[in-house]
Amino acid sequence: MEHLNTRPNFGRPGQTPLHAFTPGDDFYEMLIETHRGLSDEASRLVNARLVLLLANHVGDLRVLREALDAARAGVASGESAR
Amino acid sequence: MLSTYTYPRYAHHRPAEIERPGEVPRHPVIVVGAGPVGLAAAIDLAMQGTRVLLLDDDDTVSVGSRGLCYAKRALEILDRLGCGDPVVDKGVTWNVGRTFYGNDEVFRFNLLPEADHHRPGMVNLQQYYLEEYLVKRASDLPNLELRWKNKVVGVTPAGNGARVEVEAAEGRYALDADWLIVADGARSPIRRQLGLDIEGKVFQDRFLIADVVMKADFPAERWFWFDPPFHPGQSVLLHREADNVWRIDFQLGWDADPEAEKHPERVIPRIRAMLGPEREFELEWVSVYTFQCRRMQNFRHGRVLFVGDAAHQVSPFGARGANSGLQDTDNLVWKLKLVMDGKAPEQLLDTYSDERVFAADENLLNSTRSTDFITPKSQVSRDFRNAVLTLAREHAFARSLVNSGRLSVPAHLTGSALNTPDTETFEGSMHPGAPLADAPVRHQGRDAWLLAHTGHDFTLVLFVASLADIDAGTREAIRSLADAAIPVRTLIVSQLDGDAPAGATLVVDHQGVAAKRLDARPGTAYLLRPDQHVAARWRRLDAAAVRAALARATCNA
Repeated sequence: MEHLNTRPNFGRPGQTPLHAFTPGDDFYEMLIETHRGLSDEASRLVNARLVLLLANHVGDLRVLREALDAARAGVASGESAR
Repeated sequence: MLSTYTYPRYAHHRPAEIERPGEVPRHPVIVVGAGPVGLAAAIDLAMQGTRVLLLDDDDTVSVGSRGLCYAKRALEILDRLGCGDPVVDKGVTWNVGRTFYGNDEVFRFNLLPEADHHRPGMVNLQQYYLEEYLVKRASDLPNLELRWKNKVVGVTPAGNGARVEVEAAEGRYALDADWLIVADGARSPIRRQLGLDIEGKVFQDRFLIADVVMKADFPAERWFWFDPPFHPGQSVLLHREADNVWRIDFQLGWDADPEAEKHPERVIPRIRAMLGPEREFELEWVSVYTFQCRRMQNFRHGRVLFVGDAAHQVSPFGARGANSGLQDTDNLVWKLKLVMDGKAPEQLLDTYSDERVFAADENLLNSTRSTDFITPKSQVSRDFRNAVLTLAREHAFARSLVNSGRLSVPAHLTGSALNTPDTETFEGSMHPGAPLADAPVRHQGRDAWLLAHTGHDFTLVLFVASLADIDAGTREAIRSLADAAIPVRTLIVSQLDGDAPAGATLVVDHQGVAAKRLDARPGTAYLLRPDQHVAARWRRLDAAAVRAALARATCNA
């Protein structure tokens, strides 16, 4: 991929974590916590809103094209998350 | 069930106190519970020269493999206690972890330890072997008395210690202790009897754990399955133990019947589905467990000190139970010894609680995150988990989010009140509060390890280019620090060999690894605590600064 960064990239500017996994785990916890107490339907709405917010932040359509392709790759039309 | 291991039955004797009712002998320290943590506490105390009594309600070691993974820091502590070699020799050293989702392997990681450390990142060994080695070590220490089949049935704290009621087969008796170390496990009867709270989160899930004996040519790797075809919708872990024994963990879900699931007729088909019909195996031990992530508010209650699972419990993902318990005693024992000797005020023991509560919170955070990833509790949580797994094969960022347990690493006690903050600039991570990194050195012409030359006492690690750097003032500083009420011994880390000055030991940093890891230059000095954590560091030695840092590290400032 030319434009989309799929290397580990979570962190805070200027801070080097003691353990490389920590910033990613911090993000993942924030993500799951954001959904706490929501119905499945409400969670779907939150996720869609989140995609839009982040997409606008990224802005660069070349990056977004690659991200959309990577997200779709390998997902069959009828597949549901297990 | 098969047995690869013969459980020792340790002899127990009629307690002499039973002949003398009315007399209540006084002990400087009593430790309750001869699991790995209680044994480590007693051994450490005895090695420090303290008379210690260790009481246990059983007469053998842990039944079943239980605590299986011992991480590098725990091995280093066991080295200090004289038990590291048998654990590493008998244990299975592994580096590769493989993660599967459904039918597919999504990625593998390699813990490949950074070169130039004495101990590997992780060793697997059944808990009963660790306990056996610790019991043997304990029995070699003359001032350590271990009483099997002596059950503590009551504790009454007093201002100057605690009264302990003990029940043996021959009857009951009482003891007084100046200090009581409670290592009686997750259910901690003493914690309950004293009505002390332990708070946190109960995970509504059950896991089946089986020790399986088989001849298998699987490599010594950790295999973790999310949603495998042989156990749909749940997770499974396969791990190698010593003696051709394999640990298999099946997530069962909250609705499983813990008693029914233990029966071989339920367990064997699960294992057969996993291993295939050809594989011959025998069950050695089976248990069904749930777990909690919780800790006590305070690990110190006057003269009663809680360590290990009695004080804090984590999920098993990430090997943070026994590993953190050993770090508890590592932190506690030197402080208790200084307080008992009148060389430090009792407040020093509050820092045991502060520092180990901080470490427990880090362990709780990491093990809770792993548990939440492994056992998602909502549909959206499961969606994200599965999205990560489907991206992991192709994308590195997703691999780093897969959380089936993070390697147990020691806490850096960066916020501790015992640290003297840096006043000069250092690179790297050996800041005050960090556990010292190991490095290969030479000592008296032989290969040696830096860590092995530290610990037990306060140690000043002084870097020099050669012994010519050590002037008369430095020699005087080394001597005066060694002769102080709380002695500081000096370890000179030199680029060139030579004869150490009086009161100091010399090691040669022949590869420059020690200097690199500690960002040291000639003149750099580190003050290490008896538990090998950095207390302070400077670019040049100043005996007054060392004394001030020592006072601070012992609550004598």
